[in-house]
Amino acid sequence: MKRNHLAAPYIVWMALFTVIPLGIVLYYAFTDSITGAFTLANLAGMSTYAGIFMKSVWLAIIACAICLVLGYPVAYFIATLDNKLTQRFLYMLVMLPMCISFLLRTLAWVALLDDTGIINDGLVKLGLGALPLARNNAAVVLGMVYNYLPYMILPLYTVILKIDRRLVEAAEDLGANGTQVFTKVIMPLSLPGIISGITMVFVPAISTFYISQKMGSSGTTLIGDVIESQFKAAYNPNLGAALSLVLMLMVFACIALMNKFSDGDDEEVITL
Amino acid sequence: MSKELIRLSNVSMAFDGEIVLDDMNLHINDREFLTLLGPSGCGKTTTLRIIGGFLQPTSGDVLFDGVRINDIPPYKRKVNTVFQRYALFPHLDVYENVAFGLRIAKLDEREIDGRVTEMLESVSLRGFENRKVASLSGGQQQRVAIARALVNRPKVLLLDEPLGALDLRLRKDMQVELKEIQQQMGITFIYITHDQEEALTMSDTVVVMNRGRIQQIGTPQDIYNEPQNAFVADFIGESNILDGVMKEDYVVEFFGRKFKCLDSGFAPNEPVDVVIRPEDIDIVKPADGHLTGTVTGITFKGVHYDIIVDFAGFKWLIQSTDYVAAGEKIGIRLTPDDIHVMKKSEYSGLFGDYSSYSEEYDEIADPDALIGGEEYTELGEADGHEA
Repeated sequence: MKRNHLAAPYIVWMALFTVIPLGIVLYYAFTDSITGAFTLANLAGMSTYAGIFMKSVWLAIIACAICLVLGYPVAYFIATLDNKLTQRFLYMLVMLPMCISFLLRTLAWVALLDDTGIINDGLVKLGLGALPLARNNAAVVLGMVYNYLPYMILPLYTVILKIDRRLVEAAEDLGANGTQVFTKVIMPLSLPGIISGITMVFVPAISTFYISQKMGSSGTTLIGDVIESQFKAAYNPNLGAALSLVLMLMVFACIALMNKFSDGDDEEVITL
Repeated sequence: MSKELIRLSNVSMAFDGEIVLDDMNLHINDREFLTLLGPSGCGKTTTLRIIGGFLQPTSGDVLFDGVRINDIPPYKRKVNTVFQRYALFPHLDVYENVAFGLRIAKLDEREIDGRVTEMLESVSLRGFENRKVASLSGGQQQRVAIARALVNRPKVLLLDEPLGALDLRLRKDMQVELKEIQQQMGITFIYITHDQEEALTMSDTVVVMNRGRIQQIGTPQDIYNEPQNAFVADFIGESNILDGVMKEDYVVEFFGRKFKCLDSGFAPNEPVDVVIRPEDIDIVKPADGHLTGTVTGITFKGVHYDIIVDFAGFKWLIQSTDYVAAGEKIGIRLTPDDIHVMKKSEYSGLFGDYSSYSEEYDEIADPDALIGGEEYTELGEADGHEA
């Protein structure tokens, strides 16, 4: 194929910055930090972090679920608007936060939720006590939902937009009421969007460290934080690499599990 | 006559102030095959969507079995639709597409299976149960769409240009098949098409529409033989439409000649439109003709020739199995049966002149063409007023 050479730059890029680094991660994960000899000790030590892994998965799942519940109606509403101008405007509003630095947005939430933050200041001034809004699991989930919600809405919006509206009429014609139209036609047809939305929220949520550091506390340490600390504070890149590897495998497993739901469909969902 | 099932009473529809249906009155009988025929934008799909419940008329009533159903949503109507380009569910296989309505109705599994299987049998789709609809050909998708609607045993089936996407051969086969299904199952069909031949072939009743108004309602024969205005005459088949004057009952004058005809009930000297079908015209020697003209073009069409003849600057289309050469002078003869007289309408003068017909456009009209030799048209063999 003549066209192949068009992809050459990216293939080189991928080789340099994806495949080789992945090889390095593998190398570190299976070698000893001091002697550099082959070892399984790094991976064997994973069980220590089982709790943190579980917690990361759990919070990511909760964030995903909330994003889906919040995002689906919004995506549906925007995608089915007749007024194209309003549609584009709302779509832009969804995208807009993504144009502002992720760090800034997260810090803004801290400023809002902190014990001495804007909200608690207000509450105190009103004579009500301060609430423990930040530094807990809920705050971390809130940070995830806020930051990753657009990644849920956009694929859903795209998929719902493409659903032929005549299919809705066809279903109504065959006796389906509003609920049945949704469960039997719209939902199944938007499944690819649901799956890619979940993936796009789940993957960054499970590996985040910034949100948990800023909006959480020592009790909300996630696997991303542990990995970061292995490279920066503890300086044990071998353990860090092993943790990353396990995290990657878990993410793969989750994606594979999710793709099960849409199996048999010709249209495979591009998830990563 | 079977009983009335659906009635549209003074139904109007406007989108953003633009009138799409203008005070429409129509009734549809039980077990009738009724076709709404017209060019795109004539309001036929709007009419169907109003009956299906997808649109509510701006004013007027829709009655089903005598009950007003304006506010009944589509899913509660005893009507099913075969949509244009089918609108099959892409996430379901053939079987589940057909079973959709029955599952909604929560029939038990055995009954669903029986009815779906029987239905697939009757549209010749056994063995396709587990195929994805996207993998089917146009004709097969078409059958799934029909099966999906009919399996619910509706009182009325609405069909929105169901054969529009099929090739000619398949269209013709499906026309016959649909008509058979309609007669076997004893269901009312309301059928939409812009194809006049399809309408004439299949229907009990044809409703010709244009610009949101019904132009004529009648049997295919009525519509073809007795068009009510120039629009209908032109839209259904080919027509030469001439300006004429009704001299008295059964006598019409055009091209300065008086012809005997079968039409009456006009005011004396009332200006009228005269329709002459191209296939009704007999070509004779110039000396024997009621009118004479010059052939300006001839095209072989298979069964016949399309012949364009210039009569004093007005070009007619004549269809004949006899060959005549371009440039030749010919005469034509008309019997009273060949002439149909219509009242003048908003469409008068817009249709029925073949001057722009195909490549003969640039042809020089012969200004010397003469109107035939005899002073008066013989009224010979014309005692068949009631024929």
